[in-house]
Amino acid sequence: MYRRPDLIVCEECDAVHRRPVLRRAEIAQCQRCGAEMERDTGSRQQRLLPLTVASLIMFVIANSFPIVEIELQGLTSQTTLIGAVKVLGMEGMSLVAMLVMATTILFPLVQLLVLFYLLLPTAHGVNRPGVKTLLRIMQMVRPWGMVEVFLLGVLVAVVKLSNMATVIPGVALWAFGALTIVLTAVVSFNPRYLWRSLVIARIEDADPVKDGEPVR
Amino acid sequence: MSADTYPASDASSDPSFADESAAKAHQAEHAADPVMSSAIASNLRPCHHCGTVWEDAPDDAHCEVCHSPLHVRKIDSLNRTWAFLIAACIMYIPANLMPVMTTTTLLDEQQDTIMSGIIYFWVDGSWELAIVVFIASFLVPLFKLVSLIILTVSARRRSSWQRLQRAKLYRVVESIGRWSMLDVFVVSLLTGLVQIEGFAKITAGVGVAAFGSVVVLTMLASLSFDPRLIWDQDEPVSNENAVPSPHVDLQEQ
Repeated sequence: MYRRPDLIVCEECDAVHRRPVLRRAEIAQCQRCGAEMERDTGSRQQRLLPLTVASLIMFVIANSFPIVEIELQGLTSQTTLIGAVKVLGMEGMSLVAMLVMATTILFPLVQLLVLFYLLLPTAHGVNRPGVKTLLRIMQMVRPWGMVEVFLLGVLVAVVKLSNMATVIPGVALWAFGALTIVLTAVVSFNPRYLWRSLVIARIEDADPVKDGEPVR
Repeated sequence: MSADTYPASDASSDPSFADESAAKAHQAEHAADPVMSSAIASNLRPCHHCGTVWEDAPDDAHCEVCHSPLHVRKIDSLNRTWAFLIAACIMYIPANLMPVMTTTTLLDEQQDTIMSGIIYFWVDGSWELAIVVFIASFLVPLFKLVSLIILTVSARRRSSWQRLQRAKLYRVVESIGRWSMLDVFVVSLLTGLVQIEGFAKITAGVGVAAFGSVVVLTMLASLSFDPRLIWDQDEPVSNENAVPSPHVDLQEQ
């Protein structure tokens, strides 16, 4: 079994290409199916840690304050995201409650925390424990985070309610808006490229292998 | 590591594969429709997680970089996709027929299905939102089911029909699937918010659970579908092992 660092295979159509040397901000696309295969992530990766921290702060604000408050004939009612999940759970809709909780709270949080941990600078040559497991978890969780869909859901719900009651937007609504923007910037970064910078680069540093030479 | 070192290093490592490829790569780049070798035909195994390419890997090999198993294709991809698709089609019926929420006020009780919610929006004046909800809750799931059935059937028949268009269709299906969760979120938030005892109360209906399961099942179906099956052929058209360079575009930043 040989490693072929000189080759790159399209994930979507299996076509074999030579690994290109990318200059700044260049993207390599598959010649057969047009899928993105490799991208120069230099400057984007530097921005990833600050964006992750910003997302985490927005995440905390968005989940600790009420999203909207309604007022109907002098009676008011407000809810946070977790509050809505709890009500759903109590009404016997525990599966739906779990689905909402996982896609809007759990999975985005896992992604952000894993990224934060992986991107924190370490002393040179220090191996971060659990990198490989965490990267795989991140890749698994990535399709299931749906904060931006939730934001649209909030807006639809607000319009729906505005016919029936007075709707007062809460702090968390703005926080969700901001979270959606920064989180989109974070998750659009494909974790596949982190393998290269965090794992493969270290292997090559520690044990320089010539192209096509057996690893074992 | 870099393409610069390609011809020299390759010739030493694997004559059968690389000798011709180094020589032919140049011509292939200028050919109108270069015949590409796929990894499966070239005895190469790309790791699905970290992208490392392995040559001469045994059948049960694990990637030495990230330790995940090296599969040529996703395991049982078409059968799994079918199973999820059939389940999603079945759940699609109660998702559209059962009420997704019940609004109880002092005077009356009103049950809403997905469609009646859309019609309510349309009649009530905010037609923009009616369109958004109609697309996200009705068109997207339907489009996903139909597209995935087309993709799975044509992949099973190893059809060569419109390969590029089918690959693009798969990309679209993957990126829009999540948006049909919209109605689940709307109902969840309304349920959590409108809980004014004895005055106005919204409860979630069974339909929302069915609808959520359609979204999850179609997402699982598209995740278990292996897009590389679109390009697989029974026998290679040509054994030309040209290894082209990818297109390189300047990214907008």
